[in-house]
Amino acid sequence: MRKLLVVIASLVLLAGCAEEPSNPPSSSGGGGENKDPCAAKSLPTVAKGTLTVATDRPAYPPWFKGSPKAYSGYEGEVASEVAKRLKLPIKWVVEPFAKSYSPGPKDWDFDINQITITEERDRAVDFSDGYYENNQGVLTLQGTPLASAKSISELKDYQFGAQVGTTSLAFINSTIQPSAEVKVFDTTNDAVSALNNGQIDALVTDVVTTVYLRDIEVDNSVVIGQYPKTEQFGMVFEEGNPLIECVNGALEEMKSDGTLEDLERKLLQQYLEVPTLE
Amino acid sequence: MFGGRGILISSASTIVFFAVIALAVALAPGSSLVAERFFDPYHLNRSLFGTVTTPSVVGAFVLNIKMFLIAEVFILILALVVAIVRGIPGPVFFPFRAIAVGYTDLFRGVPLILVLYMIGFGLPGLGLKFFSSQSEVTYGVVALVLVYSAYVAEVYRAGIDSVHESQTAAARSLGLSRWQAMRFVVLPQAVRRVIPPLLNDFIGLQKDTALISVLGPIEAARAANIYAAEQFNYGSFVIAAFLFIIVTIPLARFTDRLIERDQRRRRAGAAL
Repeated sequence: MRKLLVVIASLVLLAGCAEEPSNPPSSSGGGGENKDPCAAKSLPTVAKGTLTVATDRPAYPPWFKGSPKAYSGYEGEVASEVAKRLKLPIKWVVEPFAKSYSPGPKDWDFDINQITITEERDRAVDFSDGYYENNQGVLTLQGTPLASAKSISELKDYQFGAQVGTTSLAFINSTIQPSAEVKVFDTTNDAVSALNNGQIDALVTDVVTTVYLRDIEVDNSVVIGQYPKTEQFGMVFEEGNPLIECVNGALEEMKSDGTLEDLERKLLQQYLEVPTLE
Repeated sequence: MFGGRGILISSASTIVFFAVIALAVALAPGSSLVAERFFDPYHLNRSLFGTVTTPSVVGAFVLNIKMFLIAEVFILILALVVAIVRGIPGPVFFPFRAIAVGYTDLFRGVPLILVLYMIGFGLPGLGLKFFSSQSEVTYGVVALVLVYSAYVAEVYRAGIDSVHESQTAAARSLGLSRWQAMRFVVLPQAVRRVIPPLLNDFIGLQKDTALISVLGPIEAARAANIYAAEQFNYGSFVIAAFLFIIVTIPLARFTDRLIERDQRRRRAGAAL
């Protein structure tokens, strides 16, 4: 019995220890002489003096190119530009999408991974301001009746596929409203296999990715169009992370001085010349 | 089972045990956050019944049940065939025995998810008329049947081996053919002995139907995943887990009862 009591007591103690909050590094900076809360020295980053940025792996072009040590590609360069403006070196880490919104402290400052800002998601995490306005694109194989479709209403009777967790899936269900249940895959690659095998008639993902797939990955494929959905990609922060203000400041700067637009023109323009679906 | 004092002690220790665990969880620094992300009634309810853009988890679970029931029938048959073939004596039948051994070795060794990928994405790619034009659910069930039959064949074989050779000898001396001895003497005893491990495998099968989602069909785990990604809330996974549990627990209790009954019967036999 005494042993049992000791065990219980130690468990309670353990729980007590766990309760102690791990204080986030104070964001106020020392002594108040430094007025800029976004100065490199006073930034509340996870690793002091470094901006730790997460994305999933594999990371797909044209969003990401090159090695994880120094990503380029649109999102890679946007994140690097933010780091530059915060005067911090950047370090990339891997975070699966499904884990990016789990509760608890993160080992990265923000996650950038073509994540669309929605109201529902915003309740669980904090989003930066949008850094890219995304449209949905529809990819199918040449020579199928679907390939000549011009409007959303012509798409109803086909079998669609999408990657799990994407807003494309919600777009299919709420806007196209197909008669057959959408097939949902773990990765875009699996959806591409299904398209090649004829298991789905078309796949929907962001328009940039569809054009990339058409040009590089899928023979005889065609992007029948894009659908303007006025959704924005945002960076994901742990809820309440004060760093978000500084990142938003940097993004604001990049928008007003045209850097963001230049990056988009330089890295994504070729992917956006696609007719619009009615 | 314990007597009055025993009951008192067992209840007290149960209460203390769970109270300590509950306390430890409740005092954890992130407990309110976890409660909100996993157990928010709003999200539990919405994921259970679905929204405009997300499928209902319970609706999708019907597919799991269907796949389980269909696969189970085929597994029971295929596995029995494999187990019997493996036991056929005589040099002439060597190639058949070799196939049976090779089959169980192969499909017990390869992870189910890889078999799913190979069948689900491989067969349709071949461009054959019949084999390449099935639904993903069919491919998924085929993969489940192939993998689980390898396990269940071994369970059957253990049962067959456990029946003493004298049984076959006695049956043969009564004029039954080798097949008749197997069919009427060995198998009835063998199958009864392996029912608990068989049911155990079926509990595993029931859960593994979730893996079929990699091929595209929306079953319960995938429906939960869709909801989680759209709402950034894991409540849907809790709902899916709950659905699986309420199906497997009765199966587990039923297995326990069969084991008990079997033990009683054997003890009674020994007393004769």
